[in-house]
Amino acid sequence: MDICSMTALELGKRIRQRELSAVEAAEACLARIEAVEPVINGFVTIDAEGALARAREVQKGIDDGIFTGPLAGVPVAVKDNLCTKGVLTTCGSKMLGNFRPTFSAEAVRNLEKAGAVVIGKTNMDEFAMGSTTETSYYGATKNPWDPGHVPGGSSGGSCAAVAANECPFALGSDTGGSIRQPSSFCGVIGIKPTYGTVSRYGLVAYGSSLDQVGPVARSVSDCAAVLEAIASHDKKDSTSIRREDDDFTGALVDEVKGMRIGIPKDYFGEGLDREVKDQILHAVNVLEEKGALVEEFDLSLVQYAIPAYYVIASAEASSNLSRFDGVKYGYRAENYDGLHNMYKMTRSEGFGAEVKRRIMLGSFVLSSGYYDAYYLKALRTKALIKRAFDSAFARFDIIVAPAAPTTAPELGKSLIDPLKMYLGDIYTVSVNLAGLPGITVPVGQDAKGLPVGMQLIGDCFAENKIIRAAYAFEQTRKYEAPGLCSDRIDAAAGESFDREGGR
Amino acid sequence: MANKISDETIEYVGILAKLELSCEEKENAKSDMEKMLDYIDTLNELDTAGIKPMSHVFPVNNVFREDIVRDGDGSADALANAPLAKDQGFKVPKTIG
Amino acid sequence: MAKQYETVIGLEVHVELATKTKIFCACSTEFGGAPNTHTCPVCTGMPGSLPVLNKQVVEYAIAIGLAVNCEITSVCKFDRKNYFYPDNPQNYQISQLYLPIARDGYVEIESGGAKKKVRIHEMHMEEDAGKLVHDEWDDTSIVDFNRSGVPLVEIVSEPDMRSADEVLAYLEKLRMIIQYLGASDCKLQEGSMRADVNLSVREQGSDKLGTRTEMKNLNSFKAIARAIEGERQRQIELLEGGKPVIQETRRWDDNKEYSYAMRSKEDAKDYRYFPEPDLVPVVIDDAWIHRIKARQPEFQDEKILRYREEFGLPEYDAQIITSSRRMAELFEKAAYLCGKPKKVSNWLMVETLRLLKEHGMEPEEIRFSPENLAKLVNLADTGSINSSVAKEVFEKMFGEDIDPESYVNEHGLMTVNDEGELHAVLKKVIADNSQAVSDYRGGKKKALGALVGQTMKVMKGKADPGQVNQRLKDLLG
Repeated sequence: MDICSMTALELGKRIRQRELSAVEAAEACLARIEAVEPVINGFVTIDAEGALARAREVQKGIDDGIFTGPLAGVPVAVKDNLCTKGVLTTCGSKMLGNFRPTFSAEAVRNLEKAGAVVIGKTNMDEFAMGSTTETSYYGATKNPWDPGHVPGGSSGGSCAAVAANECPFALGSDTGGSIRQPSSFCGVIGIKPTYGTVSRYGLVAYGSSLDQVGPVARSVSDCAAVLEAIASHDKKDSTSIRREDDDFTGALVDEVKGMRIGIPKDYFGEGLDREVKDQILHAVNVLEEKGALVEEFDLSLVQYAIPAYYVIASAEASSNLSRFDGVKYGYRAENYDGLHNMYKMTRSEGFGAEVKRRIMLGSFVLSSGYYDAYYLKALRTKALIKRAFDSAFARFDIIVAPAAPTTAPELGKSLIDPLKMYLGDIYTVSVNLAGLPGITVPVGQDAKGLPVGMQLIGDCFAENKIIRAAYAFEQTRKYEAPGLCSDRIDAAAGESFDREGGR
Repeated sequence: MANKISDETIEYVGILAKLELSCEEKENAKSDMEKMLDYIDTLNELDTAGIKPMSHVFPVNNVFREDIVRDGDGSADALANAPLAKDQGFKVPKTIG
Repeated sequence: MAKQYETVIGLEVHVELATKTKIFCACSTEFGGAPNTHTCPVCTGMPGSLPVLNKQVVEYAIAIGLAVNCEITSVCKFDRKNYFYPDNPQNYQISQLYLPIARDGYVEIESGGAKKKVRIHEMHMEEDAGKLVHDEWDDTSIVDFNRSGVPLVEIVSEPDMRSADEVLAYLEKLRMIIQYLGASDCKLQEGSMRADVNLSVREQGSDKLGTRTEMKNLNSFKAIARAIEGERQRQIELLEGGKPVIQETRRWDDNKEYSYAMRSKEDAKDYRYFPEPDLVPVVIDDAWIHRIKARQPEFQDEKILRYREEFGLPEYDAQIITSSRRMAELFEKAAYLCGKPKKVSNWLMVETLRLLKEHGMEPEEIRFSPENLAKLVNLADTGSINSSVAKEVFEKMFGEDIDPESYVNEHGLMTVNDEGELHAVLKKVIADNSQAVSDYRGGKKKALGALVGQTMKVMKGKADPGQVNQRLKDLLG
C-alpha cells in the first residue's frame, strides 16, 4: 500500500483501524520528502525528529483512546507564516531566518488537538507577497506537474507538497488568492474560508483585514474535514467569528439539483486563457447536467478589485511589517551607525524586493495628503464590491470563476513585470475584499499537461454550498496525481542521491 | 494623468518605511510606484460619493476581554529571539539621552 | 511702549488607567518588576499576536468622558499610529484618531478667584509605550516592555488657558475628577499622569493664534509651571527679535530650565493613521452610558453643598476636605461613626494636612482608617486622653494606622479620672512646692502653671490639664 498517495481521511482511517501507525505514516512522508525535495523545494524546514517524536506521542494517544478523530496520526505540512512553537518560522524571508516562535498558531493548535502530526514548514512567497513562490529567500518551489513551472503562490510550498504526495494535506493562507491560485496550478483542492472562520492568531500578518488560513488537500472531503478541525471561535482574535454552522463534512453530498450557479461574464472575457476557459465551462456543464441551474450575469466592478486590493493590502502590510526592525527577533544588520540606520540597514538587508515594493507603496498611500485619495477610496471601492456580491448572492447560491487567467507560468517569467503579475490576481482578490469563502477544485489540464482549477465562490458563511458543489463535481472526475513529474522527480531524486554519495 | 514620483518623495517614503534603497532600487521604486499609482488611479472612474469606507466586512462589534490578570513571567519568552539582550532587556543603539 | 503678550495654552494630558491588566492583553499593569516580566507576545509585538480590548478600559474612559462633560461616541474605533521607536514594539501604536471615544466636553476651573471653562476637544484610548534605560557605559539603550500596553486615555483640551496658574488649576481639577472616579491614581512623578503643553503667544487683544510649540517631558506641576514661563519668554524673545516661532516639538529640561527642539530628519511626524484591522468597533449604546452614569460617584461640587447642609461644615473646610476623594471618604465615614463632623474636620484640616506636608505625601496616600479616626476623636472629645496625648496617638495612627483605643490602653495613656489618686497627687505637689504655693498665694498667678506642670509630670501626662488647673485653684483658694 502506498501511504503517500492516500488522502488524509483514508490514512486517518487506516491508522484508527491499526492497519498502520502514526509513526509509519510520518516515516513514509519523510521518505517521500527526502526523495522529491531536491526537485520540488516545497519545504523551508523539515522537522523529522520533532515529527517522529510527535507521531509516537499521538500513536500512544490513539491507543489510549485520547485521539479518536479523523485526522489523528495524519501528517500535515504547515505554511511557514503560521507560528509553530520552537520550530523555525521564516515567512520565506531572510528577516526571520532564525525565528523560533514561543507559541503556536491557533489553527496549528487545533490540528494538534485533532492529533495531526506537523512534519515541516512549507515554502512561500516572502511574507506571502507574490503569486509564484519565487520571492522566497529560500529558493523557488517547483511545480510537481512540471518543475520548469511555478507552483503559484504564495502558498506554493503547501500546494506543491500536497500535489507531490509529500504530505496528505497542508495549511496555507490566503490574502488575495494565495490558497486558491496555487491549488489551481498544482491540481489540488484548497479552501479560503469566510473571513473570521479560522483564527488568525499566530498567522504572521500580511493584510490583516484580508488574511485567512485554510486547508489544501487532494480531496474535497479532506478539505472539509480539515476546515472543520481548524475553524474555531478564538477569543485571542477579535475578528474571529462564532459559527454554529461548522459541520463542513455534512456538506459532502453528491447533489446539486436546483443549485443556482452564476457565471460572471466579466470573468470569462478578455484576458482569460482559452484552454482554462474551456475546461472550466466544461466543468460547469457537468454540474448543469447534474441538475444545477446555470446562468450568466454581470458581476461588475471586476477591474477595480486589483487596484483596491493592492492599496489596502500594501497599506496594512507596511504597518504589519514595521515590527521587523532588528530589535526583538529576527535579523539585525551587522554594520550600522545609530538607531535609525540600524532600522534601515536591517530592513533593507532583511527584506526582498517584492516586500520592499509593497512596503513603499503602502507607506506612500497612507502618507500625509494621500490617505483620502488612495486608502479611503479603496475602502469605498471595497464597499461597492461587497454590494455587488451581495446582489449576486441574492440570485445565486454560488459563483463560478477561474482561479487564475492561465495555467502555471514558467519559472523566472513573472517577477520581471510586477504589475502584470498583480493582474493575475484578478479572479481571486475580490473574494478577500468581500470576506467570502472560495474553493478551488481541479477540472482538467491544458495542452502542456498543466492543471486547470475552477474556483467556486460562496456567500459569507456559505462554505457548505461551495463544498457540496465541489464534492459533486469531484465525483465525476477522479483525482489525478502529477503523472508527468514522477519520472522527472525520480530521475532528479536519483541524481541528488548519487551526488550526495549514495547514502 | 501619469503619476510622477520625485527623488524627494522616494527619499521621504524611505524614511517613513525605514528602507535604505540603493540608487538602482530607487529608480525601480520610482517607476514601479508610478505604474501602480496610474493603475490605482483607475479607481477614480468609480463614483464613490456617499459610500462609507468599509474597513470591516462584517458588523461584529464589542469584542472584549475581562480585566483578569494572567500570571507568569514573560521575560524568557520575550527575549528568546532577541538579536542582542542585556540585563533582561533588548539592547538597541542609544536613543536620545 | 513694550508690547503686551498673551500666552495661549492647550494641554494634552495622558492618564494611565487603573486597570489590573493591559489594554490589549492579560499582562499585569503593576508598577515595577524586573524588566520584561509583565510581557506576552501581544505587548512585545511578536509576529502573529493579536490585540483584544480590555472592557474595563472602555468603562473607565466612558466614566471620565462623562465626568468632563463630553459627548460619548456611539461607534468608536481604533486606529494605528505608525512610527518607529524601540519602546514601541510593533512600531505602531494602537490609538484613536478618526472616532475617539469622547468629544466636546469641558471642565470648570477656578484661578485667581475667577471661574472659567476649559473646553475639551476630544479624549481617546491608546496604549502606553515601554521604557528605555540608557546605558552610559556602552552607549546603548535597553528596552523594557513592562509598561508597553498599559492603558491610557489622552485628554486634549482646546487652547483655552492663559497662564501657568490656569494650567495647574485645570490639571488639579482633572486629577481630582479622575481620582474620584478611581480611574487612575494620577501620579505625575510615576508618570501615571503626564501633560504635554501646546503654547503660543500673541499680542494682547489679537484674536489670531500664534504659532505653537509642543513641550514634552514635564514630570511635575512645578516643571510645568517653569516650562510655561520659559517657553513664553523664549517665544516672546523670538518675536521681539523679528524671528518666527517654528511649529515643533520641544523637550523641556527642568534642570537647565530650557527646552530643546526634538528635530531629526528621521522623524517625519507623518503617522500614517489608518483603521486598526485587528480590532472591531466599540458600540456604546445609551443603556451602557446610563449604567455608568448611575455608578458615577458624587463629585466635589455636590459634596461641598452636602457637607455644608448635612454636617454644617464651613465652606472653607468643605472645600479642602473634598479636594481629595480619600480625604472626603475619611471625613464622611468618621463623621458618621462618631457623630462629630466638625471635630473630624479639624483633625483632617490641621494635623493630617500638617503631617502630609511634613512627609511630602498626597492625601490619596493616607493610610489610617475612618474607624480609627473616629475612635481618636471620641477619646479626645470625652477627655479620655488629653490633647497632647491625642496628638501623639494621632501621629502614631498616621504612620501605622494603629487602633487608638487599644494603643491608649496598652500604653496606659488614659486620662486619670480617679478623684482619689488625683487628690493625693495634688496634696503632695502642694506640700513639695511651698515656694510656688506661697508665690501664688502672694498674688503671682503665674506660679500656678509650675504646679500644674508638676502635677502632670507626676501623673505622667494622664490627667486633664484643665481639670488639674481648676482643682489646684480650689485647693489653694
